Amino acid sequence: MAIDTTRPGRVRPAPENFLSDQDIEVINKGGRRDFIRKAFLTASAAMAVPAMARAQSAGDPAILELPAWSTSLGLPVAANPYGMPSQYERGLVRRESPGLTRVGGSSVAFTPLQGLFGIITPSGLHFERHHQGWHDIDPNRHRLMINGLVKTQAVYTMDDIMRLPSVSRIHFIECGANTGMEWGNVAVPTVQYSHGMISCSEFTGVPLKLILDMCGADYKKGRYVLAEGADGSSMTRTIPMELIESGEVLVAYGMNGEMLRPENGYPLRLVVPGVQGVSWVKWLRRIEVGDQPWAAKDEAVHYIDLMPDGLHRQYTSIQECKSVITSPSGGQILLDKGFHNISGLAWSGRGKVTRVDVSVDGGINWREARLETPVLSKAVTRFNVDWVWDGKPAILQSRAIDETGYVQPSYGQLRAVRGTKSIYHNNAIQSWKVAESGEVSNVQVL
Amino acid sequence: MSRFSKTLIAALLAGTAFSAAAFDRFPGIGREATEAEVEAWDIDVRPDFVGLPKGSGSVDDGMDIWEAQCASCHGIFGESNEVFTPIVGGTRVSDIETGRVAALVDDSFPQRSTMMKVPTLSTLFDYVRRAMPWTAPKSLSDDEVYALLAYLLNLAEVVPADFVLSDENIREVQERMPNRNGMTTDHGMWPGAPASKGGLGNGGVPDVKNVACMKDCKKAVEIASALPDYAQDAHGNLAEQNRPVGPVRGVQVGEPAEAGAPAEQSSAAETLALANGKGCMACHGVANKIVGPGYNEISAKYADRSDAESYLAGKIKAGGQGVWGAIPMPPQGHVSDDEARRLAAWILAGAKSQ
Repeated sequence: MAIDTTRPGRVRPAPENFLSDQDIEVINKGGRRDFIRKAFLTASAAMAVPAMARAQSAGDPAILELPAWSTSLGLPVAANPYGMPSQYERGLVRRESPGLTRVGGSSVAFTPLQGLFGIITPSGLHFERHHQGWHDIDPNRHRLMINGLVKTQAVYTMDDIMRLPSVSRIHFIECGANTGMEWGNVAVPTVQYSHGMISCSEFTGVPLKLILDMCGADYKKGRYVLAEGADGSSMTRTIPMELIESGEVLVAYGMNGEMLRPENGYPLRLVVPGVQGVSWVKWLRRIEVGDQPWAAKDEAVHYIDLMPDGLHRQYTSIQECKSVITSPSGGQILLDKGFHNISGLAWSGRGKVTRVDVSVDGGINWREARLETPVLSKAVTRFNVDWVWDGKPAILQSRAIDETGYVQPSYGQLRAVRGTKSIYHNNAIQSWKVAESGEVSNVQVL
Repeated sequence: MSRFSKTLIAALLAGTAFSAAAFDRFPGIGREATEAEVEAWDIDVRPDFVGLPKGSGSVDDGMDIWEAQCASCHGIFGESNEVFTPIVGGTRVSDIETGRVAALVDDSFPQRSTMMKVPTLSTLFDYVRRAMPWTAPKSLSDDEVYALLAYLLNLAEVVPADFVLSDENIREVQERMPNRNGMTTDHGMWPGAPASKGGLGNGGVPDVKNVACMKDCKKAVEIASALPDYAQDAHGNLAEQNRPVGPVRGVQVGEPAEAGAPAEQSSAAETLALANGKGCMACHGVANKIVGPGYNEISAKYADRSDAESYLAGKIKAGGQGVWGAIPMPPQGHVSDDEARRLAAWILAGAKSQ
């Protein structure tokens, strides 16, 4: 069953005989997109009719004609032992960006931010990034080894780890390459592809410090930790001991109240708040304490930021303050003039978001948005701001500020320092252009 | 199996020895690792070559291993951009002198290869040993890893054709890495101690500074970039990527998809998922050659052959070489007979997604 996307209620209120024969021909020949544009030009009079006055004399068929769900027996409990979203939500799924990669085992699937609410990403929509495919690992055969500069090199089973005192914390995880396709120019149409390598979840696990304490880690000499996965690539990253000593870094098995999903590291992953996703090693099998960084593949070949002088920045890890409006956003079309709630996400790898400003005129004037609770450190914060659209072209932007006072930069400011080839850590202000037709598109304002 | 039981016995033995003071807080949790266990997993190699195993390998041996196990994805000369980004290319002999790859500041240079970026030879040893080849990671011996590195280094003109790379001369070769001086840690994005205190980076000072102007911040707005026309439909129909209710709809791009017969739809979609899951799509496109032929080419070639389905199912299982070119397709032992038949039928029916 195809989702009925062709009848956006108030875009075309469709009173009787609203469609002329000529209009119908346009739809048949030129497709609906042409029609929508034309419809806005030719039917603006109909548009202006207030919704309240549009109902036909007898009333709304959605009220007058009782639907099947009001006149028949519904499904029993546990018809879906593991509940799934409504069939009408099928459009909101993880998607790959065509042409970005050529091998599914080393690729990205983006979170559909354009349709999400609040701050928690549904676990099934958490973005995916694998380096050598994913496996569904037998938790009883999974082990965590601690070695290196520790008194006792140790092995833990999942039973061991899940017996230890646990904490649950909400944090964002953002791939260092999020928005990477947009460094030089606009390359993708929607927020799913431009910003969808961020997700935010409640993670449950054990502070890594607790485990390193148990093993007698040498905190004086051992200022670096290597985290290693159990997948084919056995991916490794270097983590600074300071983050572990702060108690923030977790060895996590839980995500949003259940175990991690296999695509997100079942049964065990590292949680490194504020730091890019590649350091949140999935299928975590080993932690080594050492006195030097490791220059792993993803620290010496990838996840290095090319600067205009030809030097690569190595060990760039913190995700700096960033925000994006998710609704309305690129590839969407506003139903109508009038009231709209501009809604988006803001986050900082350096702590809490303290303020988000929104502009509807491309950055000439700004208004402070409402930050919705909870506002948590190194988690996404939802912001909202009222907007009455007058039907004229507009450019929507958001600009986040974090507790260090750092202000999210413009594309012009970012490129002036870093050029356009770094791939990673693009946190520039995003612009969405709203056309008179109501169509929203991705643009860049310097 | 026998290895598993050994581990279990080791666990029981080691468990009793686990009584350091720190462990007393959580009695009964965890156990000491055996030496053999640490050796089995502790395979990392650092830039100072701590962790490097003894061994050696020649350029010649490396070429043989490369052509058999690596070339299908990376190209005979490590130059291929078909499946992954190139390993070799873009470095010059003069880079070896400076330790900086000059092409990295050349805006017209199309692609950055691994050899243009990687500063540390240890990184290549570590990664090839732990992660390659793509479908059988950790199957190479240490000597084979040395040989492969020797071959790649020779392609990049870092070592001569008769070179034998070993744990004894690897430090000297490190001093010839073309981009060995190409990294900086002078930035604000390392979350640990700064370089001034023995760590990395500048202690978190950002490189870009914006101010939160609120009113009349600029005179005019210039749009510097918008989605090019040719990319308008590259991401599919956006109407189908949005919710059918709420304040917005997705923009209709192209014609809406027609609903096919539901039964057919699910069976083709399931087989596509199977092809993805078994890694087939890594080397074969539906309508294009990647490493091996596209499914469209295969179905066209065998359209008139009566035993095409069983023939292809056999080929999927056994692999082959020569029908489509020199690059071999390895045997696919992880595909069952039934799966191979389903995949063959699906390919012959046009490798549809729905």
